[in-house]
Amino acid sequence: MVLRTETPPAVTCVDKELNGYVGFANLPNQVFRKSVKRGFEFTLMVVGATGLGKSTLINSLFLSSIYEDGKYPAAGTPNKTVKVQNSTVYLVEGGVSLKLTLVDTPGFGDAINNTKCWKPILEYIDSKYEEYLNAEGHVNRSTVVDNRVHCCLYFISPGHGLKPLDIEFMKQLHEKVNIVPVIGKADTLTPEECAEFKANVMKEIENNDIKIYQFPVDEFDEEEEAQDLQAQLPFAVVGSNTMLDINGKKLRGRMYPWGIAEVENPDHCDFIFLRNLLIRTHMQDLKDVTNNVLYENFRCNKLAAVTSVSLDSKLASSNRNPLAQFEIEKKEHQERLKNMKAGMEKVMEEKVKEKMTKMEEQKNELKLKHEQALKHLEKMKKEIEAKRAELRDAQKAFDELQLASGVTVNNSTSSLNSTKDKISGKKTKSTKKLF
Amino acid sequence: MDSNKAATQLLTESQITALENAFKAGDVEDRGVVDAGQVQFIVQQVLGDVLTVSEVRTLVQKGEAVGAATGVINLQEFKDLLIDLLHTTTTRWGALQTSLDGYVGFDTVLEQQRKKFLKKGFEFNLMVVGESGLGKSTLVNTLFKSKVSRTSCTNEPPQKIPKTVEINTVTHVIEEKNVRLRLSITDTPGFGDQVNNENCWLPIYDQINKQFDKYLTEERSVVRRKQIPDSRIHCCLYFIAPTGHGLKALDISCMKKLHDVVNIIPVIAKADTMTIEERDAFKDRIREDIAEAEIKVYPSSLLPEDEDVLQANAPIRKHLPLAVVGSDRALTINNKSILGRQTKWGFVEVENPNHCEFSFLRDMLLRTHMQDLKDTTHEEHYENYRRQKLSEEGNP
Repeated sequence: MVLRTETPPAVTCVDKELNGYVGFANLPNQVFRKSVKRGFEFTLMVVGATGLGKSTLINSLFLSSIYEDGKYPAAGTPNKTVKVQNSTVYLVEGGVSLKLTLVDTPGFGDAINNTKCWKPILEYIDSKYEEYLNAEGHVNRSTVVDNRVHCCLYFISPGHGLKPLDIEFMKQLHEKVNIVPVIGKADTLTPEECAEFKANVMKEIENNDIKIYQFPVDEFDEEEEAQDLQAQLPFAVVGSNTMLDINGKKLRGRMYPWGIAEVENPDHCDFIFLRNLLIRTHMQDLKDVTNNVLYENFRCNKLAAVTSVSLDSKLASSNRNPLAQFEIEKKEHQERLKNMKAGMEKVMEEKVKEKMTKMEEQKNELKLKHEQALKHLEKMKKEIEAKRAELRDAQKAFDELQLASGVTVNNSTSSLNSTKDKISGKKTKSTKKLF
Repeated sequence: MDSNKAATQLLTESQITALENAFKAGDVEDRGVVDAGQVQFIVQQVLGDVLTVSEVRTLVQKGEAVGAATGVINLQEFKDLLIDLLHTTTTRWGALQTSLDGYVGFDTVLEQQRKKFLKKGFEFNLMVVGESGLGKSTLVNTLFKSKVSRTSCTNEPPQKIPKTVEINTVTHVIEEKNVRLRLSITDTPGFGDQVNNENCWLPIYDQINKQFDKYLTEERSVVRRKQIPDSRIHCCLYFIAPTGHGLKALDISCMKKLHDVVNIIPVIAKADTMTIEERDAFKDRIREDIAEAEIKVYPSSLLPEDEDVLQANAPIRKHLPLAVVGSDRALTINNKSILGRQTKWGFVEVENPNHCEFSFLRDMLLRTHMQDLKDTTHEEHYENYRRQKLSEEGNP
């Protein structure tokens, strides 16, 4: 039994209680405070043909008049090239400051001939990446300003589907910037038309292998939210900055003779989704994707080009998809094999040809020799015949002589034979002499 | 003397005496000549108060032109002037008319014509030009209250943008109260949809001229049909996208290329995108652009017009370009079937003049100006083409 009055020895009672709390749970707050002090940056680019409501939407998104009304270029003076203009605004809300850069592209798709109208935009994005790359490489890196384009809202005109210009632009830019497709002036579509149009657009995007910005699933506590957002793509938006009084409530909307289209009503349009995506939930993710994926691609390409290792760059560019990388390697290997095979076949052919020509030559030579030999034989034969004929004549003459001198037939024949032999021997001897 | 003979051939004795008397009455000082400005009053005396304002204006102009050198007109010139006026520009002879003693009955010629026309039937060729997705087919269906457009008739996979501008014509025969109309709608899929739209107006231009050429060859052939089939385009509806900013460069260049060969009526498509104020501002800008580019839209103000034509055309001019909404789906409200578009925030009625100007367009196109469109095509555009073609052949 321990008396209560007994105190544990050598333990001084302190004011602070040791409860096992170390304190690193405070880290997020530190980060938070630091970032709040530093402020946030976000660059948003809007691309689309004139008159699709881009400026109005920007004004509605950020609830301020960033773009003034009424400044439209006259159609008689079309912009020969697409201009890229940016304007920066500082917004403060709840102690958090945001440096918002808006990049506008007046003149996009306005000319009669719109080939390469995306070029200035591409160059702008690349130039911003390059700026950042250079800034990163500086000795003094404390003030690296992030001007890279974090998100690109591409405005689609409501109709039946994507136009060739839309597809071309998105194909050129999907690897450089996060593209979020948006349907401008969506109050022109009834709900059925809207659903049909969205389905058409998404199908065409898939068919053309365009990689638009994907919403990350793991960040969400509920997967449904992310899928909801994905299903609403492309966002059908209506913009308005004019406040209307509806039944005593102040709402933003557009007043028509047949009704009022409310901007912030999720039933009427997808403005709320877009705003949540851009500002409330995914701003940081857009920046992260830009930094980690798109910028890294650019950096890889740039540095690889400098060190002139072309294979690496090919591999780097397909960073996003390891399967695709696999495919590329496999293809390369096959190419190499093919080339080797082709080379070897060529060599073999040449050799075969050589052999064939040689054989032909030999054949011809033999033929010639053969003919020559034949000719020679013929000559010899003729000579022999001539000599034989001579011999016969000589024999005849000898016979006659014998008959005339009356020598006995037996003796004569035997002597004839011997003389014949002698003569033939002589003949042969004489013929030999001829040689 | 020659003109005197001509005068005696064209006018009767009594008419010539009436003219001379009026002249002498105007010629107070008995100089044998009359001031150019006096012509109007003399003519009023002769004919009575029957000339319209524009006709009087032309008369005064002509008088001043004739008497420009001296400031006065003599009897012969006056007679020539009057003969010219009476036989070419006006059928209103006023007091110079010969009076009838009883009812003759030639006023039934109108009825006779009507019967003939009913038997023959009418033709109307309409062309729709504009980018894809602007609601051209829907509007045409709404205009004729039946599925007459290309996309409703053919079995093509819908809304596939062709690589070059195609010309597709669909022909229908529709009938209403025994009046038969042979309607052909020419559609231009692929117009303005490519990345490079430099010559997208060319197929359209060629098509229109081809039809003119066909008509001309028929007309000129030795053995020709009694009724030449008229496939010339009578009217071209040009669809402007509702950007709210003004005409696009493409619109201006195409309309400029086509306004000389066909009657162009510009319409603002999908007008339910804009509120009323936006729409009016947009229209003003378009009208400015059209005036600046000197595009001749129908009704053309270059043709001479008399009072009633002017009156009929004035409201059209005020509302040009017409902001239209099309729909071939009807909703039943209060036991009435109304054509319109149902959105989450309201119902856009197509035939309600407060909502859009579709009824205006329909009235103009079908109920009041159809014959005029055909006549303008025949008298102006076709004649221009013919003149050009024949003079080319004359001077190769």
